[in-house]
Amino acid sequence: MAARERPHTDEAIVPNEAERHAARRRAEKLQIVAFFGIMALVPFGIGNDYYLHILIYIGLHLILATGLNLLMGYAGQVSLGHAAFYGIGAYASGILTATYGWNPWLAMLAALLLTCVVAWLVGKPTLRLRGHYLAMATLGVGIIVAVVIRQWTDLTGGSAGLTGIPSMTFFGHELTSDQDLQYYYFVWAWAAALTVLFANLVASRPGRALRALHDSELAAQVLGVDTAGFKVRAFVISAAYASIAGTLYAHSSMRFLSPTPFGFHTSIALLVMVVLGGQGTLWGPVLGAFTITLIEETLRPYADYDIIVYGLLLMVLMIVMPGGVSRALGSLIDLVRGWVPALRGGDEP
Amino acid sequence: MHLLRKSMPLVVLAAVTVTLIVLGGCPPAPEPDAGGEIIPPPGEGAETPGATLEGEPIKIGGIFDITGPASSLGVPERNTAQMLEDQINEEGGVNGRPIEIVIRDTKGDETQGINAVRELIDKENVVAIVGPSRSGTTLGIIDTVTNAEIPLVSCAASRKITEPTKKWVFSTPQSDTDAVAKIYEYLSNEGITKVALLTASSGYGISGLEQLQAQAPDAGLEIVAEEQFADTDTDMNPQLTRIRGTDAEVVIVWGVGKAPALIARQMKQLGIEAQLIQSHGVANRDFINNAGDAAEGVILPAGKLLVAEQLPDDDPQKELLLEYASDYEERFGERADTFGGHCWDAVMLVVNAIRENGPTPAEIREGIENTTGFHGIGGEFNFSEDAHYGLSPDAFVMVRIEDGDWTLIE
Repeated sequence: MAARERPHTDEAIVPNEAERHAARRRAEKLQIVAFFGIMALVPFGIGNDYYLHILIYIGLHLILATGLNLLMGYAGQVSLGHAAFYGIGAYASGILTATYGWNPWLAMLAALLLTCVVAWLVGKPTLRLRGHYLAMATLGVGIIVAVVIRQWTDLTGGSAGLTGIPSMTFFGHELTSDQDLQYYYFVWAWAAALTVLFANLVASRPGRALRALHDSELAAQVLGVDTAGFKVRAFVISAAYASIAGTLYAHSSMRFLSPTPFGFHTSIALLVMVVLGGQGTLWGPVLGAFTITLIEETLRPYADYDIIVYGLLLMVLMIVMPGGVSRALGSLIDLVRGWVPALRGGDEP
Repeated sequence: MHLLRKSMPLVVLAAVTVTLIVLGGCPPAPEPDAGGEIIPPPGEGAETPGATLEGEPIKIGGIFDITGPASSLGVPERNTAQMLEDQINEEGGVNGRPIEIVIRDTKGDETQGINAVRELIDKENVVAIVGPSRSGTTLGIIDTVTNAEIPLVSCAASRKITEPTKKWVFSTPQSDTDAVAKIYEYLSNEGITKVALLTASSGYGISGLEQLQAQAPDAGLEIVAEEQFADTDTDMNPQLTRIRGTDAEVVIVWGVGKAPALIARQMKQLGIEAQLIQSHGVANRDFINNAGDAAEGVILPAGKLLVAEQLPDDDPQKELLLEYASDYEERFGERADTFGGHCWDAVMLVVNAIRENGPTPAEIREGIENTTGFHGIGGEFNFSEDAHYGLSPDAFVMVRIEDGDWTLIE
């Protein structure tokens, strides 16, 4: 490694840092295996299809939030129109399969390419500028995509919606809309794969470069990081995550698309998931996706009051845990560890 | 920082455990009290769907766009459902059992809609569902109710909902096919032959245009102009000027919201003599308020609720319409409208089917399908195996706006 050639004074610190890094990676891998292992067992532990159905949507939200986290927590940029990329993925898949009879996998790939091109066209010019110009641009993209979906009636079905989307196929097997369990595993397999990809990306050199530029763009530039280039790549990848989630949504048990789920409020909900969970961490968006979706579901019976309670909950959570739920839980556990000597691991130097 | 990262597995484990507790609150597994209290379930305990225990409430699901862009539809529907639940239970329930309408909000969002439907079916064990308010939220749940074999009576009007006929899906609102038929019937009685069309570019307008074009030849009408407008347009002069250049005797406008009122005003300013006919999409007070003087003399098809007092005494719906209107106004302090009527019809069709045929989902579905001669708010419903839309053009009456109010045309 390059570090080996550095002057002697660094020798003592660098291997230690590298070791810690390796240990952290090992721990992360273990966490990922444990978490998705548990998720694979969950269907056997819950007795009601409704919960399985909700968990499918949590899986989609997890993919969306993890993608957005790459942009927000690492590249330090905000997207106010992420639902647009979700929508492009969903509608491109839906139209290509329903209207033109494409294979769902081919349509997924085409949707992914289209989303990446759009994201690249938006990101390339705006991310050269310092400051939150991307936020403004994505706000615009969100509005444009919503208008196109509503008005290009011949293609998208407009506000009446797009019907007749076929089921997803998996090696010749159809994942029909009455097979929640199969679709659950399908979505969560994607979620697992994309989480692993995310963890690897973040631990790689580009990931470290992104974190450097998140802390100080100037410092990163001085160190020779192509900040604009990395930001564009992070943005395109995060849009790609949204596109995949969109395709999965299009072929879910609804098999119907309409403009509303891809509107501004979804963009905001995704933002909230990332911030509430804790941006810049692997598990923050995961927690965010669970928390927000479950809050929405448990509050539904309270009809008229749910929006007020929802708002209050968010306010309280953000005031009490400004770093996000994952960090707050982390410190809580540290606190408990401090009190209970038995929990103090021997691994801590 | 590293301390924090070390504790991540515990964090995640904690999160998953919490989730499992929250989610697993209800499964039949002998779980101690911990879970049961987290989700406060309104009326938990219905173990089997449609359990026919004496005195146990019959649960009907109601999902409406109570908040969000279509709340003007969802709120009167929700109100009507609550009112009916109370009225039916006061009068002794259905076959000796009380009914319970479990109401959920879709927020106008299809994802929320499908989640709500799954909750109603899998957790609340409802035997039938009424709603949703809009076509989008309805079309999004058709697969779900079909797979679950739960009858759905939608309050949305799109033809896609009932064509082709879907085994488990019915709808109550009057269709634009019937509205066009009613207008054309009126025009041919008046001896009119030349019409100009001015339709919105929205889904509502396009569907109206298709029907206006398709039914014109049979009604002996010639379409002399076809213009379109967007819901957000503020200047209709170009379209209206072109229409003025034709020999149209009648201008038919198909749209909702502010634009149709604007057309009425600008037609008057341009001095166009042709009779203005609007669709049932503007059969509300807003149109009269927005169009002002220009609303005078406008003719449109509307549900009978609008002119209930003026109906002849032998009209089979009259008594029911007046009763519903006064009950609604008394309880909510607002005038009853067409949308609440759609919900009244949906709920009562389900209740009627339970009375006639039985309280299981399959019996209710069969009961609705066999319903004929049922007088509701929207009109007389006649369902059959291949007609899950039960109304006919007679559900509409033609009304003229006079002195800022609706007047029935004989």
